[in-house]
Amino acid sequence: MKEIVIISGKGGTGKTSLVAAFASLAEKKVLCDADVDAADLHLIMNPNVKERHDFQSGHDAIINAEKCTQCGLCRELCRWNAVREDFTIDPIDCEGCGVCVYFCPEKAIDFPVKTCGEWYISETRFGPMVHARLGIAEENSGKLVTQVRQEAKKLADANGIGLILTDGAPGVGCPVIASLGGANAVLIVTEPTVSGRHDMERVAQLADFFRVPVMVCVNKADLNIEAASDIRRFSEEKSYTFLGTIPFDPVFTKAMVAAQTIFEYDNHTEAAEAVRRVWDGLKAKLEL
Amino acid sequence: MIISIASGKGGTGKTTVATNLAVSLGKGVQLLDCDVEEPNAHLFIKPVFEKTEVVSAAVPEVDEDKCNLCGKCGEICQFKAIVVIGNTVLPFPELCHSCGGCMAVCPEKAIREGDRVLGVTEAGLRGNLEFAHGRLRVGEAMSPPLIRRVRSLARSDGVTIIDAPPGTSCPVIASIKDADFVLLVTEPTPFGLHDLKLAVGAVRILGIPCGLVINRSDMGDDRVREYSKEADLPILMEIPFDRRIAEAYSRGQMIVDVMPEWKEKFLQLYERILELVK
Repeated sequence: MKEIVIISGKGGTGKTSLVAAFASLAEKKVLCDADVDAADLHLIMNPNVKERHDFQSGHDAIINAEKCTQCGLCRELCRWNAVREDFTIDPIDCEGCGVCVYFCPEKAIDFPVKTCGEWYISETRFGPMVHARLGIAEENSGKLVTQVRQEAKKLADANGIGLILTDGAPGVGCPVIASLGGANAVLIVTEPTVSGRHDMERVAQLADFFRVPVMVCVNKADLNIEAASDIRRFSEEKSYTFLGTIPFDPVFTKAMVAAQTIFEYDNHTEAAEAVRRVWDGLKAKLEL
Repeated sequence: MIISIASGKGGTGKTTVATNLAVSLGKGVQLLDCDVEEPNAHLFIKPVFEKTEVVSAAVPEVDEDKCNLCGKCGEICQFKAIVVIGNTVLPFPELCHSCGGCMAVCPEKAIREGDRVLGVTEAGLRGNLEFAHGRLRVGEAMSPPLIRRVRSLARSDGVTIIDAPPGTSCPVIASIKDADFVLLVTEPTPFGLHDLKLAVGAVRILGIPCGLVINRSDMGDDRVREYSKEADLPILMEIPFDRRIAEAYSRGQMIVDVMPEWKEKFLQLYERILELVK
């Protein structure tokens, strides 16, 4: 089984639209949305949810006012300044470290496990999909990413499916790190802009750090052809697999509005041809 | 006054709005780029950096001569960042959240604070605009402590504009908490709308007034505008798609660089924010 993780560094370069397009092209696969913080793939896939599970991770510290003597030790120890003047705890500031719980001389602080999201196993017109929703303002997105990737693997194993397409998060932090371990390759979708280039270099460095082979494609390439060529040169110098360029094309937005992949919306656009070439290159490289 | 610029979805134009707003206002303004995972504002502001500071998190270092392997450190740690196995104590600094629990609980005082480098902050000037950002060390997972350090550079007077990261989880909260206003930048697409709703949810949990900028306002559909009415979210500015803007952006230029007439619009945006903050 092989897992390709699609990431970008910079947000808004077209990761999710491309994953959706690949879903149209790949024969048998499990789709996995690992951008749990702002998951969007379901907006095109229109999944029929078969299983729904709570995601529990971390704890909330809650002071029991009846037992609390307001001695102030919790406030002294808390490094997040989460204990308010009235001896309640700000759930947004609380890190769930439990130091206050441990030291409270009155045992007045409860520490229940937190439900911070949900994850789902669904059926779509392109096959099975694992996705999730992290609660707003919640933590532990990395753990939820790990969970959806594990579930996608189990699902692929159980159904004899050899490919997982994982839609990753922007950035280089916790959810992205959680999406890289054990992947067979990452595809970095970038754009020919100063920020696209800058962010791609950082996320490629992260993939190198985790020894995951890097593939690169440039979306919206005609916005700055010179910068797109620079990215190609950079990729070749670094021995990353350069899979090609995709032109700026409003068909991506139109397809998204219609909740379709770009191939469903119009099979004969220039962008569709370009994405097919990128997919063929990816397939050849990974021997799919 | 602190104005945080956030979005939910990435790539909607946060940095474009933050940099153009800051440069249009000019004097007495400070721009803090809190997207420490992928800081981009400096590519447009092109500041002269004058000050760099390495930012670290406190992680446990164990003095094995003093440690009697009682295991209390492992017991208190919620993050599995320190464990006693057999006759060794093993800290895992990359998992540590710096809560200080292990140090507080150790009866032998065998744990002292070591450092895990999170990244750097860099501060400088573009003309009279003050600029600072953070750069998370590649490979480091935890950005909120570095974001809080960048925010600690906020001046107490004047206007501070914060460029927040995408998403709605802890790094975003760290970037918008205690702001006086949150300006949400979206695009009128299904992805833009979906993530905007999450961002509005986060802003409203924190109880901060907010308003909307619609970028590439003529590409997509009307559902963002409909939502803004339902959710009582004022639209403060619309930026239509213009290939000149996109191409200038690709080269590291701002809208006000290539179309100076936009400066007036960003100043009006600021006026409208002021009215809403009052």
